[in-house]
Amino acid sequence: MSSVVEKEREPVVGEKTKRRATSAAQRWGILIALVVVCVALSLLNEYFLTTRNILNVLRQTAINGILAIGLTFVILARGIDLSVGSVVALAGVVAASLATTSSTAMVAGGPYPVVLALAAGLLVGAAAGAVNGVVVARFSVPAFVATLGMLSIARGLTLLYVDGRPVPALTPEFRWIGTGDVLGVPMPVVIFGLVFLVSWWVLSQTRFGRHVYAAGGNPHAATVSGIDVTRIRLLVFVISGALAGLAGMMLAARTGSALPQAGVAYELDAIAAVVIGGTSLAGGVGRVTGTLIGALLIGVVNNGLDLMGVESYYQLVIKGMLIVAAVMLDQSRNKRE
Amino acid sequence: MSEPLLEAEGLRKSFSGVAALVDGRFRLRAGSVHALCGGNGAGKSTFLKILMGIHARDAGEVRLRGRPVAFSSPSEALAAGISIIEQELSPVPAMTVAENIYLGREPIGRFGRVDFENMNIAAAALLERLRFVLAPTDLMMDLSVAEVQLVEIAKALSYDSDVIIMDEPTSALGEHEADHLFQAISALKAEGKGIVYVSHRLSEIFDIADDYTVFRDGRFVEAGDLADVSKDRLVQLIVGRKLSEEFVKENVPRDEIALSVEGLASRNGVRDVAFEARRGEILGFYGLMGSGRTEIFERLFGLAHEHAGEIRIGGEKVMLRSPADAISAGLAFVTEDRKGSGLVLTEDVRANICLARLGALGFGPVMSRRREADAAERMIAMFDIKTASDRLGVVNLSGGNQQKVVLGKWFLTEPRILLLDEPTRGVDVGAKREIYRIMSDFAAAGGTVLLVSSEVDEVLGMADRVVVMRDGRMAGTISGADMNAQNLLHLAT
Repeated sequence: MSSVVEKEREPVVGEKTKRRATSAAQRWGILIALVVVCVALSLLNEYFLTTRNILNVLRQTAINGILAIGLTFVILARGIDLSVGSVVALAGVVAASLATTSSTAMVAGGPYPVVLALAAGLLVGAAAGAVNGVVVARFSVPAFVATLGMLSIARGLTLLYVDGRPVPALTPEFRWIGTGDVLGVPMPVVIFGLVFLVSWWVLSQTRFGRHVYAAGGNPHAATVSGIDVTRIRLLVFVISGALAGLAGMMLAARTGSALPQAGVAYELDAIAAVVIGGTSLAGGVGRVTGTLIGALLIGVVNNGLDLMGVESYYQLVIKGMLIVAAVMLDQSRNKRE
Repeated sequence: MSEPLLEAEGLRKSFSGVAALVDGRFRLRAGSVHALCGGNGAGKSTFLKILMGIHARDAGEVRLRGRPVAFSSPSEALAAGISIIEQELSPVPAMTVAENIYLGREPIGRFGRVDFENMNIAAAALLERLRFVLAPTDLMMDLSVAEVQLVEIAKALSYDSDVIIMDEPTSALGEHEADHLFQAISALKAEGKGIVYVSHRLSEIFDIADDYTVFRDGRFVEAGDLADVSKDRLVQLIVGRKLSEEFVKENVPRDEIALSVEGLASRNGVRDVAFEARRGEILGFYGLMGSGRTEIFERLFGLAHEHAGEIRIGGEKVMLRSPADAISAGLAFVTEDRKGSGLVLTEDVRANICLARLGALGFGPVMSRRREADAAERMIAMFDIKTASDRLGVVNLSGGNQQKVVLGKWFLTEPRILLLDEPTRGVDVGAKREIYRIMSDFAAAGGTVLLVSSEVDEVLGMADRVVVMRDGRMAGTISGADMNAQNLLHLAT
C-alpha cells in the first residue's frame, strides 16, 4: 500500500512522549534507591552486609513480598485488595488446625498430612479471593468496598473458627515451610523467589498476562477485542487470595502457632511495595519486578532502622514518609517533563 | 485594512529539543471566521496552546488588538477575552449542565450560597439562544458524547469572549447539531467576534469560514481568502502535494450475500432492523445522533444485552453473544471512540495490534514474542503506520496513525465483515484517504464493509447503498441514482 502522506511527521507532545520513559526511569530510580540505601547501611553498620543479615532481610521481606505480588495482579487489572491481611490470618488458622498436635484442635483426628493442610490454606485463600472477585466483577461493586468488606468478614471468621485463641503446637513438617532451608537458603526466601519467578513469567510471557494488562489499561477496548474482562477480574482476585493464603501459612509455620490476630494492616505494606515499585493504581501499567524491588526496599529500610536501634514508633513514621516521598518524586518528574 | 483582532508572528516552540512549531503566523479579523488548517502534527495544537497560555513560547509575538500579550495560563487568556472549545472534552460528570457551564464562576446568592435558580435560568437562556436542546438540570453523565460537546460549546460562548477558538467542534456532532453550531457562529460573526476554526472536515470550512491559514510541519505555509482558493488547492497545501480524487472506491458488489439480518432489536428503541450486505459491498448507515446506528453495530458484535433478531453470515444462522463469538464469526468492529474503546493507551503499538488475536500468536497459553513482533511488523507495513518502533506507546501517535493501529488490530483477525463506526473522525485529509483505500481494497477482495458515518459526503462517496436510520428504525434504503444528500437528509429527519 503506497503512502499518501509521506510528509506527515510525528506530533511532538511533551508529557505523552515522556510517559514510557518515566516509568523506565522510575523503575531504575527505585533500584538505584535500593542500592544507595544498601551502600549507606553497609557503611553505617558492619553487620548489615553479612550473609546472615541479608538472608534475614530476605526472610522478613518474603511474606510482604508475596502479598505484594498478589496485589500487583489485582492493581494491574484496575482493582485493589484490602483483605489480604485478614486472609493471612484465616488461611493460617485453617491450615494450622489441620497441622496441630494440640488436643484442643477444632478438627478432630489430626494432625493430618502436611500436604492436606497446605492445600486447605491455599483453598481458603483462593475462596476468599473468589468471593471478592465475584462481588467486584459480576456485581460491579467497587473493589475498594468489596475487599473492605472481606477484610472484616475474614477476620471475623478467623476469630469465630478458633474462638479467639491461637492454634499452637504445629507439626515439624508444617513448620518446615517457615523455618526450613534449602542449601542454606531459608524456605520463605525460596518460596518468595519461586512466586516471583512464576508471576513474572505469567505476567510477561502468557496470554493471561496480556489480558491482565489490557483489562486494566482499558477495559472497554479489551472487551471489544474479545477479552472476557469479567473473568480476568475474577481470576486476579483468586490469585491475590491464594497468595495471601500461602503467606498466612508461612507466617504461622515460622512462629510455630497460628494467631487469629496475625496479618493486621499487612495490606498497607503490600500496597506500598506495589506503588513504590512503579505500578499505577489506575491500572495497566507496572511490573512485578518493580514490586520485588519495592518490597526489598521496605525490608531493607526496616532492617537498617532495627540495626541502628531506632525505636519502632519512629520506624512507622519513617516508612510512611518513604512511601509518600517515592510517589511524590515520581509525580514531580511527570509534571516537570 | 483595519487592525487585526489577534495577530501572531514567528511563534516557535520545541519539546525536548524537537521542534513542534517553527514559524507560527496568524492574523484574525474581527467579525470573521478564520480556518486554521493542517494535517496531524502540523503544529496547530501547539499553536493554540501557546495562544491559550498552556505552553510558553520559545520565540515570537502575539498581539491582541495591537497590544503584545503573553498568557501564562488559560484563565489569563479567558480574562483577556480569548476562549477555547477544546477537542478533548472535560466535563464534570456528576454535575448538571448549568453547573458545568458556570464552573468556577457560579453566581453567588445570600450567605455565600450558590444561586442555583439564577444559574439555571441563565443557562437555559444561553442554550435557548444557541438552539441546543438540553435542560440545564440534566446531569452530564447522562448525556451522549455529542450533547457533552454542545455543553462545551455553550460554556465557551458563555464567556462572551472576543476571540473564540474552536478545535474540531463538530467531531462528535451529527449534521443537525452541527447546523445549530453554524448558526451560532454566524450570529457571533455578526456581533464582531473573531473565530478561529480548526476542522479536518473541509466541506465545513468552505461552508462557514472566510479566511484560511495553513500550517504544515510546524510552519506557516499560506494564508488568504477562502473565496480565492479551491478545495483541491487547499488539500494540496495541507498535504504538501496534489491528491487525486478525495474518495477511493474500486470495489464492486458481488451476488453472494455475506450478512443478512432480520428483526434486530437493541437498546435506544432500535426495532425491526433488517438488511442484507453482499460480498464486495460497502453498505453505509446514515442517521442523526441517537438514531440507532451504533446500537446496530453493538448488537452485531455481541456487546448488547438484548439478543432479539436473526443474524446469518454466509447463509448460516449465528448466535453472537459476545465479542469473542463475533470475532470468530469473522466480524471486526472499529468503534467510534478510538481512545475510549479502540486502543489501550497505556500499551505500545505491538500490544494493541495483537490484542484481538492473542490466541493465535503463541503456543497454547504462552505468548511468542517472535510471532507478536512479526504480526505487528506486518500490520505496520501493510497500513504504513508512522511509528518509530512497534514498542512505542500508542499515545505518541497522531490520530490517523492511531486509527491505523486499530485497523491493524482488526485486519490481523482476518475478518470477512468490517464494522466501521465513524472511521475517519479526527483524522487528517491524508490519513483519511488511506482509510478509504483500505476500505475499498478490503471490499474489492471480497470482504463486506458496514460503514456508519455522520459525514454525508463520506457516506455518498464510499457506500454502494445506504441504510438511513431514524428514531431506531430503518427509514429507508437508497442506492444508485437516488444516492444524494437531499434524499439522505430527507429520510433522516
